[in-house]
Amino acid sequence: MSGALLPLFVALPLLLSALLLIVGDRRVLHAVGLFGTLLLAIGGALWLVTDFAGSGGAVAHGVAQWPVGISIPFVADMFAALMLAVTAVLTLVCSWFAYASGRAATVYFAPLVLVLTAGVNGALLTADLFNLFVFIEVMLLPSYGLFVLAARHKGTERQVMGARLYVTLNLLTSTIFLMGVGFIYGTAGTVNMAELAGRAATDGTVAISAAVCLFAVAIKAAVVPIHGWLAVAYPATSPAITALFSGLHTKVAIYAIYRIYAVVFDGDAHWLWIGVALCCLTMVAGVLGAVGEKTTRSVLAFHMISQIGYILLGVALFTLAGLAAGIFYLLHHMIVKASLFLSTGAIEVRYGTGRIGALSGMAKREPVIAVAFFVAALSLAGLPPFSGFVAKFSLILAAVDTGHVIAVIVMLAVSLVTLLSMLKIWNGVFWGSAEAPAPHAPAPAGDGAVATASDGVVATASGRRISAALAGPAVVTACLTLALGLGAEVLMGVSTTAAEGLLDTSTYVKAVMDS
Amino acid sequence: MSSAVIAGLLVFGAVYLFMQREMLRVILGFVLLGHAGNVVLMAAGGSARRHEPFGAPGDLSTVADPLPQAFVLTAIVIAFSITIVMLVLAVTGRDEDDDTEADPEEARS
Repeated sequence: MSGALLPLFVALPLLLSALLLIVGDRRVLHAVGLFGTLLLAIGGALWLVTDFAGSGGAVAHGVAQWPVGISIPFVADMFAALMLAVTAVLTLVCSWFAYASGRAATVYFAPLVLVLTAGVNGALLTADLFNLFVFIEVMLLPSYGLFVLAARHKGTERQVMGARLYVTLNLLTSTIFLMGVGFIYGTAGTVNMAELAGRAATDGTVAISAAVCLFAVAIKAAVVPIHGWLAVAYPATSPAITALFSGLHTKVAIYAIYRIYAVVFDGDAHWLWIGVALCCLTMVAGVLGAVGEKTTRSVLAFHMISQIGYILLGVALFTLAGLAAGIFYLLHHMIVKASLFLSTGAIEVRYGTGRIGALSGMAKREPVIAVAFFVAALSLAGLPPFSGFVAKFSLILAAVDTGHVIAVIVMLAVSLVTLLSMLKIWNGVFWGSAEAPAPHAPAPAGDGAVATASDGVVATASGRRISAALAGPAVVTACLTLALGLGAEVLMGVSTTAAEGLLDTSTYVKAVMDS
Repeated sequence: MSSAVIAGLLVFGAVYLFMQREMLRVILGFVLLGHAGNVVLMAAGGSARRHEPFGAPGDLSTVADPLPQAFVLTAIVIAFSITIVMLVLAVTGRDEDDDTEADPEEARS
């Protein structure tokens, strides 16, 4: 793919979201526009992946051919292409779930998701730290809207509380990031990643400035000790939006950490021990935090924090095997986490509660959802033949190679606790007798369309099962994790190519400089 | 020097306001913090050693750097829009935020 097409990943969704707002309340048009754009994005990303497969490489484009340093640079390499593909797939399944659960029954849903997509794509493709700040804001602004979005009079006070925390935290970290960008401009005289390549490894003042930026994105990625916001804010919104945010926001922050450390710091081995220590703490704190939680989504949110420790361990090792394993883990985790949020979310939407222990016997009542949850849970814990096994195994091998024995022990122990925690959800929601299907009122979290369409008519227990449309997203993502586990060779190959691009940034730098 | 003092004072005020319980005061704190960030960006352009770009300066290295000014303009617009979102969130929902209140899911049981 030619570099000149890269800005379309941002421009197309932005333009379309404006058009959809102009045409107004035409549901079919909105759905076609949203899913069409996402399919196009997946197609474009896969085109990039096939371009880079094998030999690596990078394509770049400076918008309007301004000179480097002034233009808005877009650059894609294997890592960016993989992230583009997986984020687009996740946005697609989460939007599907939102439509099936009635969450999308407002004129603003499709435009907001399109702006979100534009922000995510821009943040993944940009080669300029200030533009990274701008694109992260473009990604966050529609998120604030989606967070509280609900059918008329169906929003809850809890959503507003969660949104307050979410907005204040993100504005604080964005401001810190902006100051870091200012410091970098003051010390290095540029904010272009290609011009900054390796500067932090040789110049101490640039290193401190870049560390301010890393600090800010690490908070956005929910690294311990500043992780509590995620566990409080994420479960406060609707299941569809929790799944969407879990796949996009923290992962874009993780991508930024990988990218900044690889390019600006040039993988400087001096500071890696800080990363390893923080990652181990994050793994342990996340998994222990999940023990005391009482709803499925808050348990899963804490597990997300724990898994972020695993993913970032890849960059903290900074070897080819470590980076490849970290990237593999990142892609696997985005899919599996979304699958777990969507399968438990389907139950929450249909049965009205996500509290562990309030439901039982879902395995008999909803066998499809139960299998999807079971597959994703085992994959999260890291059992073969699912993708989680390959991810954890390769990460452990990479840690053994570099002699981080403590990290290996922590990883193994945390996996065990993760499995126990998944069993807790399994026992509390899926297992047990199917005699007493929850007598709860229809879905307070489920909003609008679902409840109103089926309320008066269906009273029998059998009629209120999860529909195929609602179960679909969880099943599709569970199948994906199985496919990635069985066909791990392919994904590991492209992850290694992506890792090579991070270890040796010369092609990336050259592409940006020549654009 | 003066920009360092201004940025320091603004951050001081922002942190003080963050410690308050009311959402509105937190928002005002963010307004101050946003200004602190903008002052830092302006200072990054070398405002101490450069002068106003008035007239027809012969030496471009002594006039103000336009790039940080463009950064600040963008940052002001973004901060402004998020301030509006936060003000909306401040008038909806309850007056005080208290993290320790009972989870509605738990309260029902």
